[in-house]
Amino acid sequence: MSLLEILGKRLILGAATLLFVSVLVFLGTEILPGDVAHAILGQGATPELVQQIRERLGLNEPLHMRYLVWLGNFLSGDFGTSLANGADIGTEIARRSKNTIILASCTAVIAVPLSVLLGLAAAVKPGGMVDRAISSTSLALISFPDFLVAVVLVTVFAVELRWLPAIASIRPSYDLLDWIRVLILPVTGLTFTILAHMVRMTRSAVLNVLASPAIEMALLKGVPRRRLLLRHALPNALGPIINVVALNLAYLISGVVVIETLFNFPGLGRYMVEAVTNRDVPIVQTCAMIFCSFYVLLNMTADILSIVANPRVRYKK
Amino acid sequence: MADSLLKVRNLEVSARGRKGREFSIVDNISFDVQKGEVIALIGESGSGKTTISLACLGYSRPGCHITGGSVLLDGISLLEQPLPKLQELRGKDITYVAQSAAASFNGAMTINDQVIEMPVITGSATRQDALSKATRLYKELELPDPENIGKRYPHQVSGGQLQRLMAAMAMISDPRLLILDEPTTALDVTTQIEVLHAFKTLIQNHNASAIYVTHDLSLVAQVADHILVLKDGKMVEYGATEQIISVPRNDYTRELMAATHLMPEEFHAPPLVTAQEPPLLDVRNVSAGYGPKHEFIALRGIDLTVKSGETVGVIGESGSGKTTLGRVISGLMNAAKGGVFLNGQRLANHVDRRSRDELRQIQFAFQMADVALNPRQRVNKILSRPIMFYHGLRRSEATREVARLLERVDLPSSFAWRFPPELSGGQRQRVNLARALAARPSLIICDEITSALDTIVAQQILDLLESLQDDLGLSYMFITHDIATVTRISDRIAVMRHGEIVAQGLVDEVLTQDCHEYTQLLLNSVPEMRTDWLDEAVTRRRKLIAALS
Amino acid sequence: MNIDNYTWRDELREAISDLTPGTALCVLFLVAVIVIGALAPVIAPYGEGEILTNNSFEPPSTMMWLGSDYLGRDVLSRLIYGVRITLFLALVITFLSFLAGVSLGFLAAAFGGWVDNWISRLNDAMLSFPALMLALIVINSLGSSLVVLVFTVAFIDMTRVFRVARALAVNVMVMDYVEAAVVRGEGKAWIVWHEVLPNVLTPLAAEFGIRFTYAILFVSALSFLGLGVQPPQSDLGVMVKENLQAILYGEYTTLYPAIGIALIAISMNVFVDWLLQRSSAELPDEI
Repeated sequence: MSLLEILGKRLILGAATLLFVSVLVFLGTEILPGDVAHAILGQGATPELVQQIRERLGLNEPLHMRYLVWLGNFLSGDFGTSLANGADIGTEIARRSKNTIILASCTAVIAVPLSVLLGLAAAVKPGGMVDRAISSTSLALISFPDFLVAVVLVTVFAVELRWLPAIASIRPSYDLLDWIRVLILPVTGLTFTILAHMVRMTRSAVLNVLASPAIEMALLKGVPRRRLLLRHALPNALGPIINVVALNLAYLISGVVVIETLFNFPGLGRYMVEAVTNRDVPIVQTCAMIFCSFYVLLNMTADILSIVANPRVRYKK
Repeated sequence: MADSLLKVRNLEVSARGRKGREFSIVDNISFDVQKGEVIALIGESGSGKTTISLACLGYSRPGCHITGGSVLLDGISLLEQPLPKLQELRGKDITYVAQSAAASFNGAMTINDQVIEMPVITGSATRQDALSKATRLYKELELPDPENIGKRYPHQVSGGQLQRLMAAMAMISDPRLLILDEPTTALDVTTQIEVLHAFKTLIQNHNASAIYVTHDLSLVAQVADHILVLKDGKMVEYGATEQIISVPRNDYTRELMAATHLMPEEFHAPPLVTAQEPPLLDVRNVSAGYGPKHEFIALRGIDLTVKSGETVGVIGESGSGKTTLGRVISGLMNAAKGGVFLNGQRLANHVDRRSRDELRQIQFAFQMADVALNPRQRVNKILSRPIMFYHGLRRSEATREVARLLERVDLPSSFAWRFPPELSGGQRQRVNLARALAARPSLIICDEITSALDTIVAQQILDLLESLQDDLGLSYMFITHDIATVTRISDRIAVMRHGEIVAQGLVDEVLTQDCHEYTQLLLNSVPEMRTDWLDEAVTRRRKLIAALS
Repeated sequence: MNIDNYTWRDELREAISDLTPGTALCVLFLVAVIVIGALAPVIAPYGEGEILTNNSFEPPSTMMWLGSDYLGRDVLSRLIYGVRITLFLALVITFLSFLAGVSLGFLAAAFGGWVDNWISRLNDAMLSFPALMLALIVINSLGSSLVVLVFTVAFIDMTRVFRVARALAVNVMVMDYVEAAVVRGEGKAWIVWHEVLPNVLTPLAAEFGIRFTYAILFVSALSFLGLGVQPPQSDLGVMVKENLQAILYGEYTTLYPAIGIALIAISMNVFVDWLLQRSSAELPDEI
């Protein structure tokens, strides 16, 4: 199979996965609750009122029609209105997703290079001082619940030292400095939620490569250490590292939700948690679709990159 | 000898086992390599031969370390050099050819980049010069398309070619010492001599010194000037090749010589013709292939019979379909066409639809005893299960039967309570055979059961097979790539190539002067214990290859 | 002679002698925590919901060793009960996910072909959901009760366990000793039980530890978000959420349960790491 064929197949698979995800999000939110109309009306539901609402929401249509309408609306950017307060979901999403993207990308920019470097540093001298320090610290860190580091950070920097705000509210008037002040704690907390996993997985991916006969051969050829690592080991470790990075950026999703809730950060994660608490179905659907699509796209990108990074696929027989 | 190139003195290497226990794996080894001389380190697995060769590069594998002795290259002590100096020496003066080139080449770099890497980064040659030198070496090693083969990635060329490319990589810096670690072992028999010949020519042309590590005495006789025989990390005998081959002084060396894969002097006497007895196993016009619709054909129109009490050898190289044939007979794989008959009764295609008695009669012995025996089951369980399964014995009766079986394959009955990893390779292969015997079969299909074993142990297993046959009247189908072994124990043989049988019959009928070219090619690949054999064999091989294609 | 029993005891003895001091400490801690959880009603000084004072976040005293929480309840007692429910949930979840995941994984590996294909594809599709999203969708629809929580998290975990169990079993299924059993005419069930299971027990045990830790962290995260265990019941995650304001009063009430979760998880991870390292390879010294 040629490279293009493989990539094409992967793209089609990605699209199919997205479709499957949308079906499951729709079914999960529309079918399981019993009846949305009852949920909206709560205690005061009379049969007539229920009927009215059902008609207004199009709940009397057959299921597959409702799905198609819903998907069409979602794709055209019409996310509907909140059941709780009737506000337009699209406007809210636009505002909040900007905040979440800033939070997540700041974290990624710090966490990815940092953890790949730490993972490499640990792997090149396994059993050495650096490795033992990094490995045991990261082993402890992966055991921390997502909120622990953030709670400690808040205790120290916001409450004891009073350097930084404990609550990350965002105002339109904020300039860059305000943003930085607000973001430091959440970004640090979030970095810790993904850092340790990424370090450990990078380390073992690199170790795997270093244990191969090809590396032993390079050693026996007298390749100097620097070149051995950069020219011989790294290209082979690249595919696995890309996968590690993607997998852990996916962990970012649950981290974002927890950290946003903890800091009262006006992002998509907190929006969704609040909606789940209130059973505000359209918001849950929209947020779930956004998060899941991000996840699927990330995995697909990682797969494609590691396929491209593999010379066995790039140059076929 | 003041002018020897490499001096190894009292070398000792030990390894750290589990829980940090130290044990010696190389003990008090001393030898010299003169300029322009090839010295062979020969021994079975665990003899420490690879460890010694690596120590000559100043290297020890993870978990091992050099605990004593010295390695001097022209007076420079390798074991005392700092790493950068050692790297310089490895890049230039001592080079290494690994056993499996396929694994040892880096998949992410082109072959040229790897071959010319050291001269270029040490600055001893420009990229352009190094490339043209590499091309010259490729030509010398008779690689196809020498101008362009180096532009490819390792996975794009064959195993035999990779092995030669690795030799080019080792020779590019005109090393003073070349270390070859079992460089032909991973190759098919008929490719083996070609690669060996290429190495030999290369070493001669460049007047290089070399250490050649191998387990195969007959091959090494073709290239080495001196031979060092090793056993369990200790030196057993050292001498000139002629002397070791013709008048070995040590018992162990003699044993090694006796077990070497040479063609037997005479073949099995044809069995007495019995009156019209139907064959035990009859394979009729069987075709099979892989893939959902058998589209990748592995077997084509195979006809083969095995009579009661006889041994039929099936010979072929990798990809010939010989293992597939065994799998079709035992019902692990479906035939696309044709059928397998046992005592005149047609067997169902698949193992699921065969009766328990049919299954019992045909047993299968696998190649690698270490993966053929469940490491988590005691020998008792491994052997008693088929007894209970086929003969309905109770556990206590089965345990008694296990003791008898172990005795039958010359193992102490206390082995019943061991796990397979606690046994040696030969012992495991005996248990493997005992499991087949436990069913009390009529036919045992032996799939390369000796090829993973050291030569002496393999010989013992073959002897065991023969004595079992004499006592129990068993039939064997002996699948192997080794024509020398198979002719020694078979009554009849079948030669397979590309999924077809190209010749079959009594051994002396098949192995005639004017037999099929492919059979000749196989015969031609069996080493002979004379030093001029290799050149003749390569010349003949080229003629035969031309005739075949 | 009962062989299987013999093996098990041999291995246990060897394993104990292999323990490093650090790992031994972690194992001891885990055992202690499990005992505390099991005996919570006996050990805890006060009842789970007992309000002892009108003051929120009282500092530690001889009466209340770790002070009071936001409702004036004894933090130590609630911590002990919290450990109990956290461990209980994690154990039930992991047990269920293993029961389903390992069974399906072995099934897929043993039968191969279209059975494996379909189960694996469906599982891959489920894996294309981030775990938290799947949980949020279900909880949004069914509300949060202990039963919903247990089955949701167990289901999510199952998809991960399936992958590991299948991969392990597939590796064993291609071994010659399995093929030897197939040619002998053994059934799938016998092969899975006698040939496959003994060879994947160690990695599965390690995976159990990993999933157990994951379940603790995941349930705690859900509880922290207010979507897991619902008050008045409380696990460690709920306690973190409830007492978040304590930080503002300068009390560390909310840190205790958070650190408790971390300590349990660390101990488990150290143990698992040790288990896996017993069979790992080394690297050349020169790199």
